[in-house]
Amino acid sequence: MPRSDAVWSAQGTTPDQIEAALRALLAERHAESASFIPARVLNMIAFVDDEYSGEIANRLRGVGRYAASRLLVLSYEPGRERLDARATIASDADPTPGQVALLRETVIVRLGDRHLDDLLTIADPLVVTDLPTLLWSPHGHPDAVDALLSLAQATLLDSIEEPDRSQAGQRAAIDRAYELSQQVYVVDLAWLRSTPWRERVATVFDPIPMRRELHSLDAVTVRHHPDSRVAALLLVGWLASRLGWSLARSEVIAEGSDGRLCGSAQAESGEVRLTLKPAPDLQVPGLAGVELTSAAGLRVRLDREPGGLRAHRRDPGGRDRTWTLLGASRGEGGILGEGIRQALLRDPTYGAALAATQEMLPRVTQT
Amino acid sequence: MAAQPGQPTAEPAPENPLTAGLERLPVAPTTLVIFGATGDLARRKLLPALYNLAHEGALPERFHLVGVSRKEKARERYRAECEEAIRTYSRRTPDEDVLKKLLQHVRYVPGVFDDDSVYSELGKVLDGFEERAGEPLNRAFYLSTAPEFFPVIVEQLGRSKLQHHENAEVRVIIEKPFGTTLEEARELNRDVLAIFDETQVFRIDHYLGKETVQNMLAFRFANGMFEPLWNRNYIDSVQITASEDLGVGTRAGYYDHAGALRDLIQNHMLQLLCHVAMEPPGSFTAEEVRNEKVKVLNAIPEPTPADIAEMSVRAQYAAGHVGGEDVRGYLQEDGVPNTSTTETFAAIRLKVDNWRWAGVPFYIRTGKRLARKVTEIAVTLKPVPHLAFSQDGSLGVQPNQLVLTLQPNEGVSLRLGAKIPGTRMIIRPVNMEFLYGTAFLSQSPEAYERLITDAMRGDATLFTRNDEVEAQWRICDPIVAAWAKQPGPLAQYEAGSQGPAEADSLLLEGQRWRAI
Repeated sequence: MPRSDAVWSAQGTTPDQIEAALRALLAERHAESASFIPARVLNMIAFVDDEYSGEIANRLRGVGRYAASRLLVLSYEPGRERLDARATIASDADPTPGQVALLRETVIVRLGDRHLDDLLTIADPLVVTDLPTLLWSPHGHPDAVDALLSLAQATLLDSIEEPDRSQAGQRAAIDRAYELSQQVYVVDLAWLRSTPWRERVATVFDPIPMRRELHSLDAVTVRHHPDSRVAALLLVGWLASRLGWSLARSEVIAEGSDGRLCGSAQAESGEVRLTLKPAPDLQVPGLAGVELTSAAGLRVRLDREPGGLRAHRRDPGGRDRTWTLLGASRGEGGILGEGIRQALLRDPTYGAALAATQEMLPRVTQT
Repeated sequence: MAAQPGQPTAEPAPENPLTAGLERLPVAPTTLVIFGATGDLARRKLLPALYNLAHEGALPERFHLVGVSRKEKARERYRAECEEAIRTYSRRTPDEDVLKKLLQHVRYVPGVFDDDSVYSELGKVLDGFEERAGEPLNRAFYLSTAPEFFPVIVEQLGRSKLQHHENAEVRVIIEKPFGTTLEEARELNRDVLAIFDETQVFRIDHYLGKETVQNMLAFRFANGMFEPLWNRNYIDSVQITASEDLGVGTRAGYYDHAGALRDLIQNHMLQLLCHVAMEPPGSFTAEEVRNEKVKVLNAIPEPTPADIAEMSVRAQYAAGHVGGEDVRGYLQEDGVPNTSTTETFAAIRLKVDNWRWAGVPFYIRTGKRLARKVTEIAVTLKPVPHLAFSQDGSLGVQPNQLVLTLQPNEGVSLRLGAKIPGTRMIIRPVNMEFLYGTAFLSQSPEAYERLITDAMRGDATLFTRNDEVEAQWRICDPIVAAWAKQPGPLAQYEAGSQGPAEADSLLLEGQRWRAI
């Protein structure tokens, strides 16, 4: 049997009609083959600007098997009066006797300003009851996020997408992430970009003698894509929260003329100098390298390179060693897919890292 | 001044506070040595598993691979063979940079396994890695050879003093089969434990590395609703089935010496039985989990010669039809002697004599060239004590049955009685189904990825302990011995069928085999 998508669309419709159409499409697919089984993993609600909805669709196609089982796209077009919708139930594979062909559902609802006050009543009937729901609003729209938040158990955001690149803008992005984290689980793509770095730093410092060095670190330098300073801040915030550094002063970090941030934290063993340096040659968002030194003279440096991270260690006695920590780059599609997957997990360290990151940046003054 | 990295210290090991919340935990720097490095298992499973671990950043921060095999070849030739195996069998398309860098860490040591010079050369290669690293590296020796070489390699590792290493862990990973009889298993355990400590030994049963098998533990011990029913008061019988629709194919040489009982029941299927019958462990540690499994095996009475005729059945497949094609019988397969008495189907009925399971039969069956490929565990509950409904005009009320399917469609199915829509109260069985594939986003890793990582980390939970493997053989050995004494020919079953009719003789009154 050839693979095909079951599609329904209507103009001037209602959530009830869309939901009824989904049920009818599902019955239609079952009638085609008993191998068709709907995936029931995760609802994802994406609130997007209609003019960029194609770009978002492309990004979501890139996540492959990490696609949510039901994707509800609320496509916002200012001035639109009518609610239009298109529902698709697609299979990853042709049905084969004795094998399961998973079905995934996509619902695109085009709406306008007049619908914004009723977002919850539009979205609620269109998510699968009892499945966790992930909310994503890649183009901002905090009011829409607030309106839909009660439907979600997790929200996806990318702290580096804050359009204001100033410290105040970044602090606002961190504050927003923190505010959301008090209500739902936050999956921050900026945090996920630092995951391989956190894993590798944890690995390099895992041998028992190296663990002791963690408590005498005296400097941390993180190099980052110019747009990814928040990812670097989160990495430093993670180190601070895991190692018990005090960041109580609100303006620990000051910005230099070359775009670097410098500051310090207070560890039990003394002061830890913190430096965040832009790496203009880095082609992709995220981190370019991290260097940690200890009072005893240990220096550990990790740098991004094809096929993994290049590790360099200088022992207190002055001996140098280099090696490669293998690992493939996940790419931006992989990061987004990982973000969707993380909606079903819980990382207990993000909240503490976020709180520590807040402490490093000046508070935003309300005007 | 803080201790120098690499310097031993008497202080208690501090925690690594950076590992909290990480999905991938650090693995200590390790050199993995594969004996039998050009064999089928290495090419199809081990090398692709290592590549996938490298791709995900899950290999140790420093990792080296040494292949040891009889065939003389240059290092570059071996690397090219590794690359080809990874490109052919990896579950994901290789990233060129990762693959290239992984292969840079591969060495090859040729030679026969009883030759002292192989081990002195191996020692030099291992020392060379450490000299360049500037620190001792853990060593894991993976025995992926024919089983007759296991004691030879272990003895040579001991003779070459490679079984221990200062300031580093040394582990040995041993593939199946771990002996072909109880005596062989005991002898191999003696040989291995004369050189290595049990904590260094990782006996592979790759079934235990499958997500599906680990899910059984989650199913039983993370869901409170089943535990009250999970005993002799509510369970009527348990059936464990591993059927294949394929014949022996190209494995006739191995299979005709092993047979269905040794190939699957002695190891994989008894492990499945343990997962069904074990008590909840106090914690999910290697010792606690394996203690509970051994208790189950020890509660199964050793079959006596008198029992064996009543509790076991063997048979061979005859010519038949599978998937619309004519297929040959076992005795007509290439490489199989026409007088062979090796069973291609085996079924046994076991008792677990303890408080929880007394009186509940556990049926285990496996075979080749059966109607279809399926691995499942069916737990049949006792019928309701009184039925207020008429059974006229319906399929009738049947006992509830919980089926855990391991492959091909991993899931859980519960058979319930439900009313047929209409004016009369007529009941028929319906299924409530859950399929794992519909509920998770992630792709399951290959069993060997999990097992290699666990062995390098020193976590033996998913490996078979010495007393466990001997307890498995204690149950199967008398059956193997009794069958060996019985002359052929064996009972036959048509290829593509449900198996031999003789299997019905194992069933207690009122019980029947599930359709394959």
